[in-house]
Order: sequence, then structure tokens, then C-alpha cells
Amino acid sequence: MIAFLIKRLFHALLVMFVISIIAFSIQDNLGDPIQQMVGQSVPESEREALREELGLNDPFLVQYLRFARNAAQLDFGYSYIFNEPTTEVVLRHLPATLELVAATTLLIVLLSVPIGVYSAIKPRALLSRFFMGVSIVGISIPVFLTAIVLIQLFAIGVTWSPFPADTGWGSWLNGLLSTEGGMPAYGRGDPVHVFGTWYTNFASLDGLVYLVLPAISLASIMLPLFIRLIRAEMLEVLQSEYVKFARAKGIRLRRIYFLHALKNTMLPVITVGGVQIGTLVAYTILTETVFQWPGMGLMFLNAINRSDIPLIVTYLMIVGLIFVITNTLVDLIYGLVNPTVKLTGKPA
Amino acid sequence: MSTETSLQPTAALPSRWARFRDSYLLYSFRRDLIAQVSLAVFIAFVACAVLAPWLAPMNPYDLAQIDILASELPPFWIDGSDPAYLLGTDAQGRDLLSTILYGARVSLIIGFGAVALQALLGVVFGLLAGYLGGRIDAFLMRLADIQLSFSTLMVAIVVGALVKAIFGGATFSAYAVPLLVLIIGLAEWPQYARTVRASVLAEKGKEYVDAARTMGLPSRRIMFRHILPNTLSPIFVISTVQVANAIISEAALSFLGLGMPETHPSLGSLIKSGFDYIQSGSWWITLIPGAVLVVLVLVINLLGDWLRDVLNPRLYKG
Amino acid sequence: MSLLEVNHLDVRFALRRGDVKALRDVSFSLDRGERLGIVGESGAGKSVAAFTLLNLIARPGYIAGGSIRFDGQELTGMSDRALRRIRGNRISMIFQDPMMTLNPVLSIGEQMVECLKAHRRIGRREARAIALRKLEQVHIPSPEARLDQYPHELSGGMRQRVIIAIALLLDPDIIIADEPTTALDVTIQAEIMDLLLELCEKHNVGLILITHDLGVVSQVTQRMLVMYAGRVIEQGPTRDIINDPQHPYTQGLMNALPQMATPGSRLNQIPGSMPSLDNLPSGCAFHPRCGFVTRPDGSERTACRTQVPGFVASGNCQAACHMVAEMLERERLPAEETTR
Repeated sequence: MIAFLIKRLFHALLVMFVISIIAFSIQDNLGDPIQQMVGQSVPESEREALREELGLNDPFLVQYLRFARNAAQLDFGYSYIFNEPTTEVVLRHLPATLELVAATTLLIVLLSVPIGVYSAIKPRALLSRFFMGVSIVGISIPVFLTAIVLIQLFAIGVTWSPFPADTGWGSWLNGLLSTEGGMPAYGRGDPVHVFGTWYTNFASLDGLVYLVLPAISLASIMLPLFIRLIRAEMLEVLQSEYVKFARAKGIRLRRIYFLHALKNTMLPVITVGGVQIGTLVAYTILTETVFQWPGMGLMFLNAINRSDIPLIVTYLMIVGLIFVITNTLVDLIYGLVNPTVKLTGKPA
Repeated sequence: MSTETSLQPTAALPSRWARFRDSYLLYSFRRDLIAQVSLAVFIAFVACAVLAPWLAPMNPYDLAQIDILASELPPFWIDGSDPAYLLGTDAQGRDLLSTILYGARVSLIIGFGAVALQALLGVVFGLLAGYLGGRIDAFLMRLADIQLSFSTLMVAIVVGALVKAIFGGATFSAYAVPLLVLIIGLAEWPQYARTVRASVLAEKGKEYVDAARTMGLPSRRIMFRHILPNTLSPIFVISTVQVANAIISEAALSFLGLGMPETHPSLGSLIKSGFDYIQSGSWWITLIPGAVLVVLVLVINLLGDWLRDVLNPRLYKG
Repeated sequence: MSLLEVNHLDVRFALRRGDVKALRDVSFSLDRGERLGIVGESGAGKSVAAFTLLNLIARPGYIAGGSIRFDGQELTGMSDRALRRIRGNRISMIFQDPMMTLNPVLSIGEQMVECLKAHRRIGRREARAIALRKLEQVHIPSPEARLDQYPHELSGGMRQRVIIAIALLLDPDIIIADEPTTALDVTIQAEIMDLLLELCEKHNVGLILITHDLGVVSQVTQRMLVMYAGRVIEQGPTRDIINDPQHPYTQGLMNALPQMATPGSRLNQIPGSMPSLDNLPSGCAFHPRCGFVTRPDGSERTACRTQVPGFVASGNCQAACHMVAEMLERERLPAEETTR
């Protein structure tokens, strides 16, 4: 176990090293702190002096080491936009994104497993075909478009009356085709304070309502992906010899599906899930932009649009750290579920 | 059963294998209505995109043709529409049908261009990694792993932001098409590299490669003439999916303001520019290009699904 | 009445281009404690027969006719619930490849205990005790530790022992073993076969042994069936068939054994290969490969091409062959009714 952890830790450090090099190169080449500090009017000689004083003329390696030392203390300088330490800015925006990701993950896990398993067990059933059809359409709709459609349908509302409204059935059908609107689709409402910079949407009904549309949008592309993956893996596992043997042993079908088959199905799903966490965070940028959800993604886009290099660098480092931590956790979970992963090595 | 045999090609008879596979492809295509419809729609898309300058009633790039007074007109089935603008107009008074035709053209060019670039990078790196192994393999695959764990979209956004910061907004807009091809191509090569590497590793163990090596053929020849042809069917399958992904990535970048400028819009930037007007009730400016984008991506995905079922390669997962 | 009686069993696979007949008119019986071998090339329908007995054939396959009576109960058409109580309990199975048969993510103990708990009201601790006893019976070293191990920690031979232990868990009446040693190392094959034989004899368990290995059949079983293209073509006491095979196909199988060949000469292979089930020759399915379609005098036995042969009794054995029927008839002149 310890060897496994050390190996994972080493890998994580390596990845963080690569990310920090990239982040540092960005800062080194794009961010000119002098420009930001003193403006245009200061003469070149004074700039040069300041540059020397800040160590910006030092060799690359010296500068990188300084960057790394500061990074280890989560010190990435000041944001141009907010005029405060970038780490504080990012940490203030972190909870909103994490809560959105948590709500989305919950949706994905709760829906993809039962639907995927069902459509693998009954591949010919009408409902399975329906799920498969919906999921390929779902994969084809970009997240931001889903978000826009949801806003149109449930925040703005749609009134459509192709049927004569003066008859009973006509207005009933029109009612079916129209939607009410009124769902909140802007920001996160009045989240409840927990501690520090953490405000939560999970503590009140009002907060949860604000989460609904963004979470559905964010889940809309990942959910079909997982349904299709779980179905495909499960179909393959159900063909295996050990499932046939379990049937020959007289084990109940329910136990065969949900223990024998599902546990094997989940192994590749966990691996893919680890990779998809990155995609999920990338999609938060899109979702948060559409819904003006005050999280890290929206903050990052603003930073890009206003060339706030220190904030961009901080975002990259912190998101990188989150990826590395979650990937390591996913690897650990995989190792716990899969007995063929020796605690010291790779899968057999 | 016959799909399996088609997957075990004999290297000695590539032409016969190709002919057999083609005939099976054709056979299953004839039986699959969804694939036929998808292909028809896709061809229609490509035709519209190629013929956009002749089909479109207006040239949306030509400022002289734009009538700002005709802005935000609804499509033909809604009261207050102008028959001159079939699908209505956008906020700048451009004919929506024309901008969509031109936009689909831009999206397809970037989609195919980016996939060509990823395929080139991915195939070369994948072949090198799989065939040579050792440190090159470890380095390339670790790089691919890191890039994938960040997700291709994230990489594209970051690279896009950096490219924009380096060149400045104006230059970026002027060279947006090649830059987007570059960005998306660089972001998504790992998919190809991993797939190619996996099939190279599978092929490498087979006897014909041993035989070629014993005969003293140079590595490059073995890689490109012997192994590559046998990894074609997975490459083919992921290519369709990757075109769809590249189109979605381009749309996402444009939506974030890191892609095509509004003066030269793709489907993504049309959706973005229309989004600002959705609250004022002009939903068509954003939702009609959105629907077009979805149909385009959907038919490509459906074709990809059908191809995967027919060719049935073991794709690298993850 | 025998413990297991299979009569006129027909199994088909519903494929898009039409039904393929995987088993046709298969009949046999098994007494308590008896050991029966089913022999044939791959594709002859042996495994289908094994899986059909517990109605475990996968989707496109279905039982089209005939009956399977086990201990007075009819198994064809029985509900899955009722069948489940027989599977693994009164009739258990051993699969071909031990590397694929055990679930890789469940411990050995778990896979044994669940089987006991599926059929008996029994506590976990008690079930573990029984599992341990069975592991001892199959001579697994340090059985206690094995219970908490996972399949990948065991060698192929060890895994097959575990599978045999699982098959014996509920003291079944019959074990169906489908090529139980084919996937193993040659050195271990004999060990596993001896173990299976020893346990069946000791506990008076009936064994249906499916194999292509005539040597194994002759050592282990008392009676045997030879199958070809979905049909039984010869059956009888193992010793009689091995010593004096009647059907030309069985003769061919015997001659193909390496020990039957003259040293230095080629093996006596049967010319041609088995036809695929969806494209069977007319009449006797073996006739295109058979050397006896033409009589010694040069005339042709047209029946071989036109008529499916029925069984004729020759000594203790029965063979489905026109040539054998003709020879017997000639011996028994004046005409005597042959068994159909």
C-alpha cells in the first residue's frame, strides 16, 4: 500500500511540475508586471531599475525556483482586476464551482448507473432503445446550447399555440407545448454562509432551485456518455464465462447483475470517470458563462478577456492541483475495487 | 461473424481485404436506414457549405449589403417577418439563412482541418510510441495522459487564450481559421495517438511483423507499410467522432469569444452573438444556428456509431 | 427409471437467415453415480448439449423439442425460478477455462459462500466452514488462506480445483464437466482428471464428461456417446466402443489417435472437415467424408446420401449408419427386424 501511494505521489508531483513549468512560462512571457505597476509614463531607466530590483533579469532557473517557492505557499501575486492576492480571488470563487460540479456528479451517478444497467440487461426493450436514442442526441448537443435551450424553456418560457385555443382540447394541447418559465437562470441567488469564503446552495430550497438549470446543463453531455459506456461494458461482461458460471451455480439474476457484472463493469467506468473530471471542469467555464454562475470558470474567462495573467496562472495551478488530487483518488478507488491491482504495481 | 474475419486481414493481400471490407460496408449500409439518412444529410451539409456563396441570398461578410434597419426580424412563420429574410435577421440586420450557410462552411473547414492535423500528429506519435517503445513511448504517453486528464477542451481554451494574448485580438481575428485548426489539432492529438498505439501494440505481436523484421526491412517501412494499414479501421472510426468533437470544440471556443469573430462567424459565434438577444425574445438568432449545429454533429455521430458497429475495432478506452 | 433422461432433444439457434439446428434428436440417459462421456470434434454440439441440460443456452438458442427429465421432473419449459434451484444444487457444472470461469473481482470464499447461500438457509460462518471442507477435499494447500484470496492469485490448476470444489459444494447428483482439462497444462491435466474421478466415485456423483479426448473418456467413463454435426451417431459402453467402434466416424477418430499410427508415418486423419451446421449434407451428415458409401463391389449405398440413418444395435452398442445396418442384416439372414 505504501509503495503504491509513494508511486502515485511521485506521479502527482511530476504532473504538478509540468503544469508549473507551463504556468511559469506563461507568466514569464506574457505578464509584464512593470507595465501593470507603473503605467506608461515612467521612463525606461526607472523601469529597468525596478526590473532589476524585482529579479526579472535573473536567469530562467532562478526565476522559476522563486516562482515554485512562492507557488508552494500558494502565492502567485496580485490580480490586476481585483487588486488583491490571486489565491484569495480563486478561493472565493472555488465553492460555487465545486458545488455545481458536486450537484452534476450526483445527477450523473444517480442516473447513469441504473439507466446503463437497464439498457444492457434489456437491450431490445423499447425503453432501452429510447435511452440510447436520447443519449446520442445528448452527446451531440454542446453544453452551452443545452443551457440556452433550458433558459428559453424554463426561465423565459415558451408560449406556442398552433391549436385553436378556444376549444378545450386545443388549449390543453397548447398548454402541453408551452412552458411556464420563471426558473432562475442568472447567478446563484442568496447562498447560505457556511464559513470563510464558503457560501452554499445546498442549505436552502431557494439555493437548490438556482442549481437546477446549471447542473442539468453541465450533466447533459456527460450523462449520455456514461450511460453509453456503462451499457457497452455491461453488455460485454454479461457475455463472459464467469457470468455464465454464476448462472450455472444457481445464483439469483439480481445478484449476478448487480454484484458479479456491475462490479466488473465499474472498473473501466471508474478509469474513464477520472479522466472526465477534467472535462467536467472545462465545461464549467461554458456553463458558468451562460448562467453567470459566479464560480472559477466565469472568473477565468474574465481573466482571459482582460489579460489578468497572474489570475490565469493561479487558476491553472489550482485547477491542475484539483485534477492531480482527484486523479490520484480515482486511482486509489480503482485499486480498492480491483483486486488484481497489486498494491505495488500495475493491473495484471 | 463476418465482421471478425474482416478484422483479421492478411497483410499479403491488402487489395482483396479492402475489397471485402468495402463490400461488407456497403452491405450493412444498405440495411441501415439511419446511416443512409445521416449520410444524405451530411452530404447536403457539405454541399451547402461548398456552394454557400451561390446559395446564400446575401453575403454576410459584405457590409454594404447589410441593412441595419432590418435587424432582429423573425423567421417566416412568425408575424412581422419579411419574406426577403427566410429565417429572419440577426441583431446587425444580416440575413440569418446566409450567415448560417457561411457559418456552417467555416465550422466544417475548421472541423476537418483540425482533425487532419490531429490525425497527422496522433498517427505519427502513436506509431512511434507503439513501435519503438521505451522512453519515447513513456514520454509521449505521459504527455498524452496529462493532456487528456486536463481534457481536450480545457487545453484548447488555455491554448486559445494564450494564442490570443500573444497575437492580440485583431491579429487573432484575422487569422482565426488557421489558428483554430492549430489549437484544436494540438489539443486533441492524444486520442489518435492512444488508439494508434494500442492497435500497433496489438499488431506488433503478430507474426507478419516478426517476419518483416526477420527479413531485415527497415523500421520505417515496417511501420508505414505493414502496421499502419492494419490500424486503419480504428483510425477511421475515431475520425468521424473526432470531426464531431472538433466542430463542438470550435463552437465552444467561439462561444467563449476565443474563436471566430462576429464579422466572420462560425455556427458557434452565431450562437454566441444571438445569446445576448434571447432575453428580448429574439430566440431565433441563437436557436436556429444552434439547431443546425446539433443536426450536423448528430449525423456525424450517428455515422460514427454505425461505422463502429460495422468495423467493430477494440478502441482504446479512456 | 434413470436419474436423467434426455429424449429426442432438438436445439436451434434463431439467426437472421433462419434457424440453425445445433442438436437434433439427441437421446441418452444417466443413472445415479454413472459416468457418461460425450465425444466429438469441436462444433459437434457437445457443449450445446451440456448447456441445454440446465437451460443455459444464450439468447438466439432455444429448445425446439424433446424432453429432459431429471429425477421425475421435466426441465424443458420449467420456470427460471425452479430451474435455479436445480442449477448448482442438484446438477452443477465445470467449465472449460478456469482462467475465465471465476469472477476476477470476488474472493474465492465469496464465490463459494454465495453458492451455498443461494440454495440453503445457512449462516455465513457455517457456509465458510463447508467451503473450507470442500477445498480440503480437492487437495488445495492451505485452504483457509485461499478463501480470502482472489482468482488471479491462483494458478490455472488451482483455479480448476476451486471450481471443482464449487461444483461439489451442495453434494449434487450430477456434475456436467465441459472439457475440464483442455485449457490446462498437459502435466496438470491428468491430476485434475484423477481428482474429478476420485471425488465422483467417493460421493457417488453422476458425471457427464464432455471432451474430444478419447483417452480420457476410456479411463473415466462407463458409457459414451459420439456426436457428429449435432446428432448422436454411436452410443454404448465405453469399453465396447473403444475396442470395436462400429460407426465409420468413430473408427476414424480411433485411427486418428497418435498411438494408432505406425511410427514414422503420417497420422491417419479423417479426410475433410465437419460441415457447418447451417449447411449440412443430405442423408447421413458424414457421407461426404465416409469411405463406406461405396460397397466393396463398387456399387453405391444411395441411402447414405438420401436417408438419415437410424440406430441399429450391434452387440451392446448402437450406431446410426446404413453400412452397419446392411452388414447386420446380411449376418442375420433370413430377414430379422432391425431396431430403429
